[in-house]
Amino acid sequence: MAHRNKYEAVVIGSSAGGLHALKRLFLGLDSSFNLPVIIVQHLSADADNYLINILNDLGKLKVKEADEKEEPAKGYAYLAPPNYHLLFEPDRTFTLTIDERVNYARPSIDVLFETAAEAFKDRLIGIIFTGANSDGSKGLKKIKEFGGLTIVQDPDTAEVDSMPRAAIQTASVDHIATIEEIAVILNNLSE
Amino acid sequence: MKKIQEEQLENQDIEVRLVIEAIYQKYGYDFRNYSQAHVKRRILNRLNASGMTSLSEMIHEVLYNSKFVDLLLMDLSITVTEMFRDPSFYLALRVEIFPLLKSYPFIKIWHAGCASGEEVYSMAILLKEEDLYSRTQIYATDFNPLIIKQAKEGTYPVNRIKEFAVNYQKSGGKNAFSDYYTTDNESAKLLDSLKKNIVFATHNLVTDSVFAEVNLVICRNVLIYFDRQLQDRVIRLFDDSLPSGGILCLGSKENLQFSSYYGEFNPLIAKEKIYIKKYPL
Ligand SMILES: C[S@@+](CC[C@H](N)C(=O)[O-])C[C@H]1O[C@@H](n2cnc3c(N)ncnc32)[C@H](O)[C@@H]1O
Repeated sequence: MAHRNKYEAVVIGSSAGGLHALKRLFLGLDSSFNLPVIIVQHLSADADNYLINILNDLGKLKVKEADEKEEPAKGYAYLAPPNYHLLFEPDRTFTLTIDERVNYARPSIDVLFETAAEAFKDRLIGIIFTGANSDGSKGLKKIKEFGGLTIVQDPDTAEVDSMPRAAIQTASVDHIATIEEIAVILNNLSE
Repeated sequence: MKKIQEEQLENQDIEVRLVIEAIYQKYGYDFRNYSQAHVKRRILNRLNASGMTSLSEMIHEVLYNSKFVDLLLMDLSITVTEMFRDPSFYLALRVEIFPLLKSYPFIKIWHAGCASGEEVYSMAILLKEEDLYSRTQIYATDFNPLIIKQAKEGTYPVNRIKEFAVNYQKSGGKNAFSDYYTTDNESAKLLDSLKKNIVFATHNLVTDSVFAEVNLVICRNVLIYFDRQLQDRVIRLFDDSLPSGGILCLGSKENLQFSSYYGEFNPLIAKEKIYIKKYPL
């Protein structure tokens, strides 16, 4: 069962409509929330730091682009750089690659989630937000298989519902909830 | 449930290491210090595409089927590249680095991990436009012989030309990009005059030693695939290839900061990951 102090990282996959969703999630987080958050948001290949700056300015978590070989720290949120896949190594450091797109996406949510599941096993929380494709479903399934906690934004409340719907169909999901409810769940699971 | 998953993962990781070990012992290509997560993904993708049922079966193929090894080598190489990739980098070369090279009577450049050559020809075009090409020698190396063969040909599918041309203009190109190639309906062939001062060769950054003494090393989007220890080995190789004042260029997500050789270099244009080798005190 889910309880405090069990989890060591949160991974989030988000696509069309994601900027708004991420903002709402961050606004709902307590200032004491301190799990590292790692985000794949689908963006165009030449996107600038706009999203990082917006999330950072909310003052909840320190937000930065994930650097290769970096190990995520408490109190930080990391975004996959546009045009790179973000992977977790078994030692929980980041790797960036430019292999071909997965589900038409680079960064791909599946790539992050699948490698994170192997690195964190049952100590991981995986979340799927709004989006117009089905990236992340396989990754979320894997997180569940390794005993992690799986959460999907309620498709009826998502700006674009296909990504959360696909996730619910593929993986067995622990919580289907609004963004504000997801923030509360996270607050309760952070130590 | 969870226990079974963890045991499967453990076994899978062992099998992946055995595949890598088989490649190394049989062919000498050493992937043991590449990013584990990356290598595993590539190997499992190949397993899925090949119709084989297990990694143990793949080990057998590695040992007995050299055609299959060629495939696997390509999978593990990641040869994704483009002309004038990251145009702002090429603009920085043109505007800020070339003026430093202008005083040299002869310029030597090493492109390490050049893949199918797009980056090298971009450099040749840049040098030509800045009137430096005639006194430049470019060494372009990659460990994958199949990709070096493609690089030598310098022929690319026409459907890529548009993207190359856009990058070229963004990088400060002075002419029309179409001045640099001839084309039929399927492919675009870069002009032979661009190849004149380029030597293409196979060279493995993991297992080979210094290639040549040069003024400028360009190794972009190769180190991200290596673990820390291997990155250090390769940076040392570059350190040994460069005189004081020599220039080292890395990929936009690569960094010297964590390397043991950081003290040997100063950032010159930090944003573009361009470094200069320090002079001895
Ligand atoms: C992603 S490509 C980078 C191409 C180009 N430098 C660029 O930035 O567009 C990486 C290249 O590194 C080469 N490579 C990988 N391991 C290598 C090694 N040990 N020695 C030399 N080249 C290597 C691969 O074959 C591949 O062509």
